[in-house]
Amino acid sequence: MTLKTDHYVINIGPQHPSTHGVFRLRLTLDGEVIIDVEPIFGYLHRGMEKLAESRNYTKNIPLTDRLDYLSSMINNQAYCMAVEDLMKIEVPERAQYIRVIMAELQRISAHLAGVGFFLNDIGAFMTPMLYMFREREKIVELFDMVCGQRLNYNYMRFGGVAMDLPEEFLPALKKLLNEMPGFINEYDQLITTNEIVLARCKGVGVLPRELAINAATAGPVLRGSGIEWDLRKKRPYSVYDRFQFDIPTGENGDTYDRYMVRLEEMRQSVRILKQAVEQLPDGEYIGKAPKLIRPPAGETYTAVEGAKGELGFYVVADGSENAYRWHVRAPSLINLTALREMVIGWKVADLMAIFGSIDIVMGEVDR
Amino acid sequence: MDWLHFAVFTLILFAFVISGVLFFIWYERRGLGRFQMRPGPNRAGPFGLLQPVADAIKVLLKEDIVPTLADKPVHFLAPLVAFVPAMAVFAVIPFGDGALLADLNIGILYIMAISSVIVIGIFMAGWGSSNKYSLLGAMRTIAQEVSYEIPLVLSILGAVMLAGSLSLNDIVKAQDVPFVLLQPLGFLIYMTAALAEINRTPFDLLEADSEIVAGFQTEYSGMKFGLFYLTEYAEALSVSAIASTLFLGGWSGPAFLPGFAWLIIKIIAVFTFIIWVRATFPRLRIDQVMSFCWKFLLPLALINLVVTAVLVLSGLNDSPWIAIPFNLLLAAVLIVGLSRQFRTGGGHAST
Repeated sequence: MTLKTDHYVINIGPQHPSTHGVFRLRLTLDGEVIIDVEPIFGYLHRGMEKLAESRNYTKNIPLTDRLDYLSSMINNQAYCMAVEDLMKIEVPERAQYIRVIMAELQRISAHLAGVGFFLNDIGAFMTPMLYMFREREKIVELFDMVCGQRLNYNYMRFGGVAMDLPEEFLPALKKLLNEMPGFINEYDQLITTNEIVLARCKGVGVLPRELAINAATAGPVLRGSGIEWDLRKKRPYSVYDRFQFDIPTGENGDTYDRYMVRLEEMRQSVRILKQAVEQLPDGEYIGKAPKLIRPPAGETYTAVEGAKGELGFYVVADGSENAYRWHVRAPSLINLTALREMVIGWKVADLMAIFGSIDIVMGEVDR
Repeated sequence: MDWLHFAVFTLILFAFVISGVLFFIWYERRGLGRFQMRPGPNRAGPFGLLQPVADAIKVLLKEDIVPTLADKPVHFLAPLVAFVPAMAVFAVIPFGDGALLADLNIGILYIMAISSVIVIGIFMAGWGSSNKYSLLGAMRTIAQEVSYEIPLVLSILGAVMLAGSLSLNDIVKAQDVPFVLLQPLGFLIYMTAALAEINRTPFDLLEADSEIVAGFQTEYSGMKFGLFYLTEYAEALSVSAIASTLFLGGWSGPAFLPGFAWLIIKIIAVFTFIIWVRATFPRLRIDQVMSFCWKFLLPLALINLVVTAVLVLSGLNDSPWIAIPFNLLLAAVLIVGLSRQFRTGGGHAST
């Protein structure tokens, strides 16, 4: 016997504990089963890309901090590389290494936050998240040392970085790098084999390989679906070709694989950081760059491997002090486009797990 | 002098429940703070002891908001319907030999009957709020709480069989060794089902903050919310008290402490376990919660019942030194064996 049931519409958000910012999902439900979902964004829109066209190049660096505010350093790096490409500015070796150190630290801290929030979304009452924030705090203190900020760092400049590393930085970093694998193992023990985590994540929200590619997803979302694609390896930039590391991938493309990829990526970042600290050369921390940046007419698309995937800056210069066009390829937004296919047929509770496993920051989705 | 007994004991129970709830609120917040490596509340009074008082004052002073489209009488009555039974449960819990409000010869039945009424209050709250999050919470309430009632009652029956009485006072007296040793499986089933009944992690789907905001209590504020909050902790208190009474020996213990002190120590121990679970586990999904109840807990409870009946009739349970290792082994074998067979299922609905 089949019962006749009515569908009903429910709005998750714009204000909701699990939307990671202001985001609205218009769900059509049959009981608890999701029949349809319509993501609606724009509640945090700040017109950043337009704003950037009316400010000069240097003044746009702080704007990039406010995109994915959990990985400001990587945003800084991507934008600076785009302008350096237009201006043909050389970056000294030490500065390149410092940038890599900052980017990898930032990747660890972004993944810590991402995994922590994800576990919070599946109902682990804050404990794993607070464990992860314990280590994130140590990374934030390192950033505080180098640039005096704790969230929006604004540390990188065209041609290098704003300041050299302070004396106390490297010892503190080495100490953290020694401790970090132990901490990651601790999360592993606490979470990875927990029966409830397995029941909530295994096989849930599968993103098939083809769809992952067709939707242009990137980062852990793409790699969770089993595609070995990482710009640091496939199109090396900065000094990444000098380090040994692996690209972790998943097998099934489910929520669990995306979590595991992030966990493993943290281990790989620690590996890169250890090599970078060892190889760190002396020298200038910033190269020769003019005070007033005025690139010749032309355009560039420069992309780096952000914590959430390919983060690219498309900048069109017309020879003036301001960019003619400034566009960000934001991985959070593009990964989100696969959400609808991933959640239909699952339940409301799974929506939160899947949404959390995509790991988005609304500052980057709405620019 | 029956009326005096009732009057005095009602007052004592009221004071016990209210102070117990305030203590639990403080204890849980401090405990969770320790589990999560953060200080927890520590500013109001020594060790943050005045924190629940400050919370209570805040709740009392808050505006009481009723949604325009709410079913107003239902919305108003729901917290009361939930709160009164949560209090009434304590009438049959003994604090010492014979020290209880009403020594009913059907004490356990009374507890089961009266505590089920709380579900109606929660459903009224979810339904009457005219809010879809509340509605989802209410639908989950009926499904979950009604289902878990069955393994809960079946697990308690093991203790009843051992004692040969439904009166809680008699059950305590019958425990030469705590029943947790003779009924390890029953105790585990009871604790699991009770966590679901009182809406605690990993079964806290009725409010599930990360999914449906606050579930059935989304549209409640001020003192009405306060009553739900009190209900929740009073339920936790009663569950801990029943577990202590049925399985841990209740008020009995070495004579250097009075009986009620032993009961309170055991209640706190059980509640500590509940906090520990809350600090550790993520939340299950509603279909997983349901299949866990019907496919795992219920068969386990039935097997436990049959095995206990055989043990009691054969007289094996009269000699603890054989019965305790046998029961522990049996519990381990059954849990491991059945959990190997148990699958939560896919959860995906093809539409």
